[in-house]
Amino acid sequence: MSQSQKNAQRRAKDAPPTPSSESTVALLRELVAHLRQNRTQLREEWARRITESQLLTAMTREEIFAEATSVYDNYVEVLETGSVEALQAYARNLSERIIPRGVETHEVLGIVLLLRDVLARSLFKKYQGDFALLNSVLDAYEPAANRIANTVAVGFVQERERIIRQQQEAIRELSTPVLQVRDRLLILPIIGVIDPQRARQLTEQLLRGIRANRAKVVVVDITGVPSVDATVANHLVQTVDASRLMGANVIVTGLSSEIAQTLVTIGVDLGKINAVGDLQGGIEEAERLLGYKVILTVAGEVEKEA
Amino acid sequence: MRVPILKQGGYLIASIQSALSDEDLLQLQDDLAAQVGKFRSRGAIVDVTVLDVMDSFAVRTLRAIAHMIRLRGAQTVIVGIQPEVAFAMVQLGLTLEDVATALDLEEGLAYLDRWIRPGAHVR
Repeated sequence: MSQSQKNAQRRAKDAPPTPSSESTVALLRELVAHLRQNRTQLREEWARRITESQLLTAMTREEIFAEATSVYDNYVEVLETGSVEALQAYARNLSERIIPRGVETHEVLGIVLLLRDVLARSLFKKYQGDFALLNSVLDAYEPAANRIANTVAVGFVQERERIIRQQQEAIRELSTPVLQVRDRLLILPIIGVIDPQRARQLTEQLLRGIRANRAKVVVVDITGVPSVDATVANHLVQTVDASRLMGANVIVTGLSSEIAQTLVTIGVDLGKINAVGDLQGGIEEAERLLGYKVILTVAGEVEKEA
Repeated sequence: MRVPILKQGGYLIASIQSALSDEDLLQLQDDLAAQVGKFRSRGAIVDVTVLDVMDSFAVRTLRAIAHMIRLRGAQTVIVGIQPEVAFAMVQLGLTLEDVATALDLEEGLAYLDRWIRPGAHVR
């Protein structure tokens, strides 16, 4: 046993070593050497355990082995350098690749903890003869291993959250189209549940659309809205009022009986709302207000072709 | 700053150029009421395009202007309320219920033309 190891042993008895202390560094170095030496065997053991626990079922055996190798090398590198930056980058990259394939958080956490377990067992085996030394090796290994598990898990979850945020943004943008169907006539088809935030955004987009398209009449179609609460209903009325202030008439179409009931219950001033049964009726009413007249010619194109 | 009032045919156009103090608004009210009589105007337009904020006093005064001008035998249109202003006003409950509004000056003039032509009923 080397001098530094003896020192480490002595110090380990006095006080728990801090990660930066010399003894820990020395122990970690030894640990790293051990892990490098047994790389092939430990890696295989780990990959076997992953398959056994039925983790990462979305990936093939070869893929698991390839990823296991990179994770293993990254793992050893973190133990050696103490810097998690490379691992962080790798974890992010890995998450990007495996999230679309349906890998779950528990699986990622599971494989990292498995690796931790595999390595710990190999350490037990190696140092089982010298209990004190095993103790100090674990003192050095455990905090580092925890840190690694933490980094990978956090990286994965952060990547997931980023994707969720991105999707929310996409849904929000897609969900509020303001479409011009005729000169000065806009339609705003709303589909799905309206929460207060979305209601606000709808109003904003509508008012901007009125200005951009110089609209005089807007048909807001809420056929696709299952229900509204009092806040959203009030918001709808406010939207109608605000549109009027900008010189546009709002026609609301497709009010379901449920929504109609809500509006009556909360006592919305119905004089303000111009409601028409369905979208077709709404567009016809809008055309009437704008002075359009749609004429059916004797034989339309479709009729001729048929 | 005093708001310039332009005469355009049978209409008066008050074109607000910058944010107004309460005194300016009252001045505008007096000026418009006086000039509607002086020029025998049939309609007045107040252009608020540049205003990015309207408090309750401003809205109340605009409403008072519209009512006064109606009593003087003319019609008022408020034009150019910005989207953000419109929504803020509605949230504060300032909806200018009985006052005509239009998108911009052009729309306002078209509205007055329709209103003044007999038989016109479209808002």
